[in-house]
Amino acid sequence: MSERQFFDEMWGRGGTLRQPYGRFQSWLEGEDIARLRAKQREAEEVFRLTGITFNVYGRAEAEERLIPFDIIPRIISGREWQRLSRGIEQRVRAINAFLYDIYHRQEIIRAGRIPEEAIARNDAFLPQMIGVKPPGGTYTHIVGIDLVRTGDDQFYVLEDNARTPSGVSYMLENRETMLQMFPELFSQNRVQPVQSYPTDLRRSLAACAPNGADTPTVAVLTPGIYNSAYFEHAFLADQMGVELVEGHDLRVVDGKVAMRTTQGYQPIDVLYRRVDDDFLDPLNFNPDSALGIPGIMDVYRAGRITIANAPGTGIADDKAIYSYMPDIVEFYTGEKAILENVPTWRCSEPDALAYVLDNLAELVVKEVHGSGGYGMLIGPAATRKDLAEFKAKLKARPGNYIAQPTLSLSTVPIFTRNGLAPRHVDLRPFVLVSPQGINITPGGLTRVAIKKGSLVVNSSQGGGTKDTWVLED
Amino acid sequence: MLGKTANGLFWMYRSLERAENTSRLVETGQRIALTRLDSSVGEWISIMQTAGVADGYLARHEEVTKESAIDWMLRARDNPSSVLSTISAARQNARLVRTALTHDVWEAMNRCYMQVRERLARKVGERDLPAAIDCIQQHTALVRGTTQGTMLRNDIFNFARIGTYLERADNISRILDVKYYVLLPSVNSVGSSIDNVQWETILRAVSARGGFRMVHGSQASPVDIARFLILDRRMPRSLRFSITKIRDNLTYLGSDYGVHHPSHAQADTLVRRFMSHDIDSIFEYGLHEYLQDILAALAALGHQIEIDYRFYE
Repeated sequence: MSERQFFDEMWGRGGTLRQPYGRFQSWLEGEDIARLRAKQREAEEVFRLTGITFNVYGRAEAEERLIPFDIIPRIISGREWQRLSRGIEQRVRAINAFLYDIYHRQEIIRAGRIPEEAIARNDAFLPQMIGVKPPGGTYTHIVGIDLVRTGDDQFYVLEDNARTPSGVSYMLENRETMLQMFPELFSQNRVQPVQSYPTDLRRSLAACAPNGADTPTVAVLTPGIYNSAYFEHAFLADQMGVELVEGHDLRVVDGKVAMRTTQGYQPIDVLYRRVDDDFLDPLNFNPDSALGIPGIMDVYRAGRITIANAPGTGIADDKAIYSYMPDIVEFYTGEKAILENVPTWRCSEPDALAYVLDNLAELVVKEVHGSGGYGMLIGPAATRKDLAEFKAKLKARPGNYIAQPTLSLSTVPIFTRNGLAPRHVDLRPFVLVSPQGINITPGGLTRVAIKKGSLVVNSSQGGGTKDTWVLED
Repeated sequence: MLGKTANGLFWMYRSLERAENTSRLVETGQRIALTRLDSSVGEWISIMQTAGVADGYLARHEEVTKESAIDWMLRARDNPSSVLSTISAARQNARLVRTALTHDVWEAMNRCYMQVRERLARKVGERDLPAAIDCIQQHTALVRGTTQGTMLRNDIFNFARIGTYLERADNISRILDVKYYVLLPSVNSVGSSIDNVQWETILRAVSARGGFRMVHGSQASPVDIARFLILDRRMPRSLRFSITKIRDNLTYLGSDYGVHHPSHAQADTLVRRFMSHDIDSIFEYGLHEYLQDILAALAALGHQIEIDYRFYE
């Protein structure tokens, strides 16, 4: 594949500078490469000192690693963003309505818009949540919508993250680092700020507290310091000014979930949990979990604690459900989806499976419940042996897979040793939901595949990040 | 504050203090080795005893050499009190209590860990030892400095101080106890050159030479040294100073929280029982016995604080 097929967000397709990058390019022309190199090193040093690291599972020797940070910003115009944020808001509303429906009357199944077995036989569906109404009626308090771009006006939703989306600390630290290193860029460009995210998050969580909590106590629940995203958990707790707790700090006291403080047990109203459903409550879910709080689900069902996000939200971001999202949006909002889905073949359907097996070399195949770029096949990059192996897997458990065309992901320049070079990117905007409304931080996390030609942007697979600017038009 | 956080703060600062004390002991040992003509192997055993790491060393080594003793105290991963182990533990605890620390303290701690780890990545040869010791002392001092300069004086600070001073009190008691025989006023050894070296070792090991000279001039007698290190109110590493600080910080916590715990009574007793005598009556009671009593009381106090402030479930 030649480079020219891809849409570059700075240079378009034909090599003409795109408008949002105008001022940045004039600045860049005045910079010399040696200074930029020094700045790139300086940025890495800042990240190392601040301890902005993530842990890689299964690697004893490199227990903490830096996510590569690239100093060239990714720039989005205000007009482009407006359309995106309308689409995001619509989608997030639909997701919440869908979750309420799925755990109550299941109108969408009765209406025949999605098949019953897509829910009933889905591991992400949590029977314990049937009939439960979360405080404030909100299911997904924090959502990350993964977007990719293939052209000037062409965006697709690649994936919804409705469980515990991560990465927002990088969005914030990337901006801090850029402000520190290139203050002049922020005088020349009117970049919409992102810094209020922690305050917004706290306000949004507090607004979802169970009835009767005047000044709700919020806490962040982490699996602990060995978790890959521990830095982010600590960062968010610190920025919000709330406690960072682990399962063994908590227990149920007098019908409330309470944390063990130096002055005894203190009740919690809102728990922003960064552990999976399975590990939340050993009495109700995985009995072997040492991370959870025995009995928290009973407190939750009694409406005496808010768990953010609600248990069971995984049913909305499951990759098999993803393919129904356009229907879901239309069903609950009465409007056509503003943001498009990537065309998706559900391998559980015989016709789709046959097509996928015939065209495997052109497709991307993902595990329905997988995440983090693990266990996926990228057809065009796969060897003959990979393809043969994957065909066998597909035939053995077709319901476990979906397939999508290989998208021509847009590129944005990164700074390499030899100057700028285009690399593929995606975008994860962060959305806060509460009864007070939906709040979308302008921009989000841009992940970039550092390796030339690579389409995998996941940090666990060597991807990096960039600061993402939304301009004030 | 979470009980777990209090625990993490306590151990973060206790480990830091231990790292610093251990590096000072290594420095002292090396100094003795360089300034004495006869073999100083026996001295290294006593240095390791003061650091409480001699048994572990002897269990893993056939013989005592200067190189392996230094390596054991600075770098050994299987020695939980080596500088590398304690700095790693301090940083691990800092990660655990990240939300209780200021940005400056966290960054100083992280930098301390990164620099010391790099310094101690390989065996430290004789030529590099001064620079390595310097690196350890400077970076631990930076964490202490940012703590003093940027942290609120609240419960967080109090737990940090209690960890620091419990370790310090423990450390000085051990140093004195290993060397107590040279401090005993015995007719035979007074004024002999061996004792002068031993006394100097003790003062050096707690950075007290300058302070001692200021107070007593160059005329050192063992009784003066013992009095200075045990009872002096001005010396920041004396037993009295450390124990009084522990009591004070516990008192602040008590009035902050409005709750009086058994550990408060224990700390009061510790000060009253051990700090109300003059040096002569301490010698009369028996210096070794006195120090053993204090070590036991400190351990009991540490345990009681864990219970009173719910460090564990």
